[in-house]
Amino acid sequence: MPSEQLAPTRPGSPMGQSIPRREDARLLTGHGHYTADVNRPGQLYAVMVRSPHAHAHIRSIRTDAARAVAGVAAIYTGTDVAGRIAPIPTAWIPPGSDLAITDHPALADTTVRYVGDGVAMVVAESLDSAREARALIDVDYEPLGAVTSVADAMREGAPRVHEGVSQNVALHWRAGSDPSAVDHAMKTAEVVVRQAIVQQRLVPNPMEPRAAVAEFDAAAEALTLWVTSQNPHIHRLLVAGVLGLAEHRVRVIAQDVGGGFGSKIACYPDEVLVAFAARDLGRPVKWVEERREHFVATTHGRDHVDEVELAGRRDGTFTALRVRTRANLGAYLSTAGPGVPTILFGLITNGPYDIPLAATEVYGLYTHTTPVDAYRGAGRPEATFLIERLVDLFAREIGMDPVAVRSKNLVTEDRFPYTNAFGITYDSGRYHASLDRALEHLDLGAFRSEQAAAARHGRLLGLGVSTYVEMCGLGPSEVAGAVGFQGGLWEHALVRVLPTGKVMVMTGISPHGQGEETTFAQVVADRLGCALDDIEVMHGDTQLVSMGWGTYGSRSTAVGGGALSVALDRVVDKARKIAAHVLEADVEDLAFREGRFAVHGVPDRSVAFTDVALKAHLAWSLPEGVEPGLEAEASYNPSNFTYPFGTHMAVVEVDPDTGDINVQRYLAVDDCGPRINPLIVEGQVRGGIVQGIGQALWEGGAYDAQGQLLTGSLMDYALPKARWLPPIETDFTETPAPHNPLGVKGVGETGTIAATPTIVNAVMDALAPMGIHHLDMPLTPERVWRAIQDARTTAPAATGGMRS
Amino acid sequence: MMDPSNNHHAVTLTVNGQTRTESLPPNLLLSEYLRDHLRLTGTHVGCDTSQCGACTVLVDGAAVKSCTVLVVQLPGTTIETVEGLGRPDQLHPVQEAFREAHALQCGFCTPGVLMTAVALLNGDPHPTDAEIRRGLDGIICRCTGYENIVAAVTRAGNGMAAAQEVG
Repeated sequence: MPSEQLAPTRPGSPMGQSIPRREDARLLTGHGHYTADVNRPGQLYAVMVRSPHAHAHIRSIRTDAARAVAGVAAIYTGTDVAGRIAPIPTAWIPPGSDLAITDHPALADTTVRYVGDGVAMVVAESLDSAREARALIDVDYEPLGAVTSVADAMREGAPRVHEGVSQNVALHWRAGSDPSAVDHAMKTAEVVVRQAIVQQRLVPNPMEPRAAVAEFDAAAEALTLWVTSQNPHIHRLLVAGVLGLAEHRVRVIAQDVGGGFGSKIACYPDEVLVAFAARDLGRPVKWVEERREHFVATTHGRDHVDEVELAGRRDGTFTALRVRTRANLGAYLSTAGPGVPTILFGLITNGPYDIPLAATEVYGLYTHTTPVDAYRGAGRPEATFLIERLVDLFAREIGMDPVAVRSKNLVTEDRFPYTNAFGITYDSGRYHASLDRALEHLDLGAFRSEQAAAARHGRLLGLGVSTYVEMCGLGPSEVAGAVGFQGGLWEHALVRVLPTGKVMVMTGISPHGQGEETTFAQVVADRLGCALDDIEVMHGDTQLVSMGWGTYGSRSTAVGGGALSVALDRVVDKARKIAAHVLEADVEDLAFREGRFAVHGVPDRSVAFTDVALKAHLAWSLPEGVEPGLEAEASYNPSNFTYPFGTHMAVVEVDPDTGDINVQRYLAVDDCGPRINPLIVEGQVRGGIVQGIGQALWEGGAYDAQGQLLTGSLMDYALPKARWLPPIETDFTETPAPHNPLGVKGVGETGTIAATPTIVNAVMDALAPMGIHHLDMPLTPERVWRAIQDARTTAPAATGGMRS
Repeated sequence: MMDPSNNHHAVTLTVNGQTRTESLPPNLLLSEYLRDHLRLTGTHVGCDTSQCGACTVLVDGAAVKSCTVLVVQLPGTTIETVEGLGRPDQLHPVQEAFREAHALQCGFCTPGVLMTAVALLNGDPHPTDAEIRRGLDGIICRCTGYENIVAAVTRAGNGMAAAQEVG
């Protein structure tokens, strides 16, 4: 399908070109401006005292010895800030979920609820003094029983995380088809596969820890806050609200941010406390998270226990899906926490398959653990993992190849726009074309022969497939409101053309690695016909950018780019009027190409865009009703989400003697519509895939029964390393989003969404001859080895938990 | 040499070509010295257990995690940080290769990866992919998935070798 929306408007346009990034020169030479690089004259240093207990009463806090340390400026406890800092709010209240909203104090006053919960903040002249004082603070805790898993949270007599929240149920949410209809379909189906699935907790671990620097101008009552944020305007709104500051006197700056993956969306107690102290003490205050703090004090991701059932016919047709999930929300409701396992998960559990009846039911549970919020994909990886595992189990049950079962149930091209059983409408898709493209790269028949040959020598080869779709490009603001998100999801752009024809772009998205300083410049250069070097894309400062909702949910190019496109249209429209005036021609008679307005059929009657820009600013002679200057802004509110899709395949070999998994091949065919910069898109896909492989094979946040995080450092939590990974083959199909001005769909999360089930399906394919059909992640060698040992000691007919 | 009045030690070392003699506390990490004393904030600190490698610099040509070494351990050494590698308008071949291969996204780990790559290529300008991946064992990049870094190191090695032949 041609991508008409993105066809370059002129030869030599940068649109669609793999242009190296414009942000790289500063980042490669050590000249980035990360929050920890900010130093203000006279600044103080803050450190946090965090609870070592998952659940305890605070009997007393003795700070006298700490206060005596030279250089200590202040020590704040929960009692000190109570009433002066409002509770940290959640920003997502899913309707119909009976969300049990509980107070989240910036510092615990009477009770700590997870290891890492803030108890006190020390502010001192130097980091050494602050740390020395921290060590001398004596908190007398009365430890209480803790509950860490969703399996335990609802049990009779389980410790309660919050008074008044029965069975620790924070929310109960349902979506989809009539449950009795689904139930009937399950009971009458030819085939039903059922599986209990654990999707383990993950720790986001962007390489830059969180940080905040705050400065308060008492005379102006104005706060400047540098903070590691994916959404500075959301931070402005929340920090102003929590501290009782006027929003227009709060400036939030997040210039260079070292990765987020969802963990820098939330408003945390830490940046609020730092801002509070700066105001209270009249001095700038700086706080930089330590990695060990990141593990306990920055939001985690995933952590589901799911019970899933897929019904269908022996010919491979799916008829009904039922998903019952218990999601761990941690000790407090984080900014987007309640929305992740409900809206972002439960509405798309059918994936790319046409399943007439589908229902999702979710219990979101409080536990004595670090709050859970968005992590790359946020809900959609969990949904995709479930359905992709089920499809393989179903295929095995009826003896069909998983590829054939997928092909039979994928939504066909003629069904778009396609509304699923949860009522969301997929914008466009060519799922079979994607699957076919992947099969062009990987010869399925040849692989099955190779697999069978290897099996004869005792070698375990497996092929994993995931055909995925996801819902991103968040999103229509009306939908945001309808699903309880306490904000808008539109985006803003301002395009300002200066007298010299140079262009400034201010965007409300807040990229932190995604490369929009480059891709947005490519869009501008294409549309206005100017050179990339004549364009500057600015973001990450609420003083510079009038409004925006930030970078997450693969929304930056889809939504922010939409705003940019509309603003550019307005700039060109105005310039066209001025050009017509200059050329003494009708507006309708002008063509705009390669940076020049020319009268149709009379190419020498033309004027350059840069000349028009100068005339617009000089304003010596403008057409009637046209204001001086040449700039335009646009607020773009998308009419739908975007639904990128694709097919991923992996080939693995499992060592039957050690359980070690070798990923031999990884192939990704993705469709995010037209690609403005293929180099950057490929980078997003590859990086995302590796995070998804990380969940499948290595990563996992584990708590002991007392609520201690056992995987609390980079020595215990395995982030993917270069030498563990295969090369990743990429290819793309191109199906535009019909509702988006640029035709583009989000691509920041697709790799992570697709890769986890692809890898697990491959390992399960390899282990199938041993009768092992499902294992929970991460698939460490030990876990695989134990499963192989168990399989060898039980009857060959063992089904590894699958029942039909 | 220690100053008994404040427990500081005199240290002479060369950072990015400039030789300095400083009086520094004995517990000062090289990463803190670079970032807080010299304001060379290109060297980043990403963890507290020497795992992430974002703080990697060259000490006498060897890749060293600057969060794990005290400055007083380094008298007479030559330190090179990312700021000494190249300028925005005149990138070092390794930096240029990283740009061309899109081997960075958020850029936070990048200074440490660059210095690791420089040390690797100084030892062998033509490492295999497997050797590069092993050579990157000391760093963690959460954004790129490493593949473009491997490609950039290969490209840089070819470029550096070609430049040496010409030179």
